[in-house]
Amino acid sequence: MIEQSLLDLWYGFGVALEPHNLMWSFFGVLVGNLIGVLPGMGALSAISMLLPLTYTLHPVPAILMLAGIFYGSQYGGAIGAILLNLPCHPPHAVTCLDGYPMTKQGKGGTALGITMIASFFAASFGIIVMIFASPLLVKMAFEFGPTEIFSIMLLGLLAGGTMSRGSPLKGVAMTIIGLLIGVVGTDVNSGTLRFTFGFVELSDKIELVALALGLFGVADFLKSVNRMHIVGSGVKVRLRDMRPSKAELKQAFFPMLRGTLIGTLFGAMPGTGPTITTFIAYAVEKKISKTPERFGHGALEGVASPEASSHSKTQVDFIPTMSLGIPGDAVMALILGALMIQGIQPGPQLISEHADLFWGLIASFWIGNVLLVVLNVPLIGLWVKLLQVPYRYLFPSALFFIAVGVYSTNNALFDVGEVLAFGIFGAILIALDFPVAPILLGYVLGPMVEENFRRALLLSRGDMMVFLQRPISLGFMIVCALLVFGQIFFAMRASMRESVRKKEAGARLDTV
Amino acid sequence: MKGFISKYDKDHWGGILMFLLGLGAMFQGMTYKIGSLSRMGPGFFPLSLGVLLALMGAAIFFTAKKDEAKIKEVPLPPEWRAWFLIVLSLIAFIVLGIYGGLLPATFAVVFISALADRENTVKQATLLSLGIAVVCVVVFWWGLDMQFPLFRWG
Repeated sequence: MIEQSLLDLWYGFGVALEPHNLMWSFFGVLVGNLIGVLPGMGALSAISMLLPLTYTLHPVPAILMLAGIFYGSQYGGAIGAILLNLPCHPPHAVTCLDGYPMTKQGKGGTALGITMIASFFAASFGIIVMIFASPLLVKMAFEFGPTEIFSIMLLGLLAGGTMSRGSPLKGVAMTIIGLLIGVVGTDVNSGTLRFTFGFVELSDKIELVALALGLFGVADFLKSVNRMHIVGSGVKVRLRDMRPSKAELKQAFFPMLRGTLIGTLFGAMPGTGPTITTFIAYAVEKKISKTPERFGHGALEGVASPEASSHSKTQVDFIPTMSLGIPGDAVMALILGALMIQGIQPGPQLISEHADLFWGLIASFWIGNVLLVVLNVPLIGLWVKLLQVPYRYLFPSALFFIAVGVYSTNNALFDVGEVLAFGIFGAILIALDFPVAPILLGYVLGPMVEENFRRALLLSRGDMMVFLQRPISLGFMIVCALLVFGQIFFAMRASMRESVRKKEAGARLDTV
Repeated sequence: MKGFISKYDKDHWGGILMFLLGLGAMFQGMTYKIGSLSRMGPGFFPLSLGVLLALMGAAIFFTAKKDEAKIKEVPLPPEWRAWFLIVLSLIAFIVLGIYGGLLPATFAVVFISALADRENTVKQATLLSLGIAVVCVVVFWWGLDMQFPLFRWG
């Protein structure tokens, strides 16, 4: 079994090192890093902006490039988070907590160096897990029928909605909105046009790129225009500042290891977002630390652990995405959407049917991560300069790239209108404190959820109990129930505490 | 946007919005064939999602709490001019894309949205749009051979 995996991996390296594939992978990593560094741009906008470019490519280079953009922008985002206190990609919000204080103390270079080491280590670990766990998962996944697939998708959607930051009710509402957006278009079974409101263009579904760029591009510009004030520019980081001392390495080693394990664990669970993973990694580190008061004032552990967890999660996340077709978060949903546009149906058969794609992707992760270290370490001065690009030049240029990119997907100006509509809708949702990432998850999974739900009930002749009668499905359903009851329990406990505190405050006022 | 919403309660408005969207999805879903559990029609899934969304909206509305930390937060003033200009810039791209071509549309989207930022002067906005227009011609029209004429009338 292990031998087979290693053989496959060898084959994968062959695919990934083909000059054509290598070139696109490098391009993706470079552009991802570049866009990730720019203030106000995250992985989601980077991937969706470049998605139209992949339509003309062969599936293998296309997916290698997208994956490259993804982890490239993660490396790039860490630079902005640590040096400017700007979390452009939500998982980096935790990195800011201790990374920025380190910069203020003049240790920004060390923080960046540790980040790179932690990222590389965690990514390598995640890749190894992926190599050995994927075949196992595939074996299990072959047993899945529509009933099981529906149950695990339900779990993924529920986890995606409730485990994001903020109110779980709002997250679930956003997931449902996403599922409804996925309904728009022609129904595959009956040919009925649903929610098209007379627009012929909508009969072919809402455009993935338009939805993503509206929600994560335009909506974001509407939110931060005139409000993005960048402080702390003028930080200079040189190559030799980045080399951590031996004591610092020792200090960061175990947090890095713990972060990696937490990331791996969460990566294997469908629907748990990267942000929550980094928060948990940070919380664990703070809890077991002998000096928790240092956290928030530039503790090295608070940078190493969350960064490691986010990178190992990223890699492990590809397992459920590729082998079950269930994306872990919005970025994975985009990559899944790109695969489907290429005509590749993710699922257990993917690894056997598209072996070049799967093993090539795994090998390219490694190559990409090496490329990133090579790009980031000597060129750090250049990336830091990029941080100083003013937002007022950035967002108008980005709007142009959005408009042209969306136009080019179908050569239709109607899609630009879709971007605008979703941008306004997204801005309203953000203003009302709704998380928008679950919408994308719901949108991508929507058609599959409906189809599998329909099929499962067709096979069981309308008996809903079928979801509880089959053992694997029952397991997923139990986890779903635990999630829901857990959320209700925490919410009740929080509100009880709140009322107790109010009573105490009231009592104190009475005595005064 | 926070400026005028925080006067009311964000959760209340969010709940109402979700409730209305759910009702809308329900009524629209009912216009399609619903079918039965064993033989679902095209209306079944949207209808059930609509019901769920309306329930979520109601739950958000009724569990809304006054967040004391947020009330103390100084609300940012609304940026009506900037929002209007960003929306207008994309509309201009669509309209000029039909009655003008790629180049005027490119210039318009960058120029109008650049003016949304208070710190940009007209001169800076013009220079930026000209720069992007050059990128557009070289990369998209010449390099990627995009199916979009540089100039056209109607």
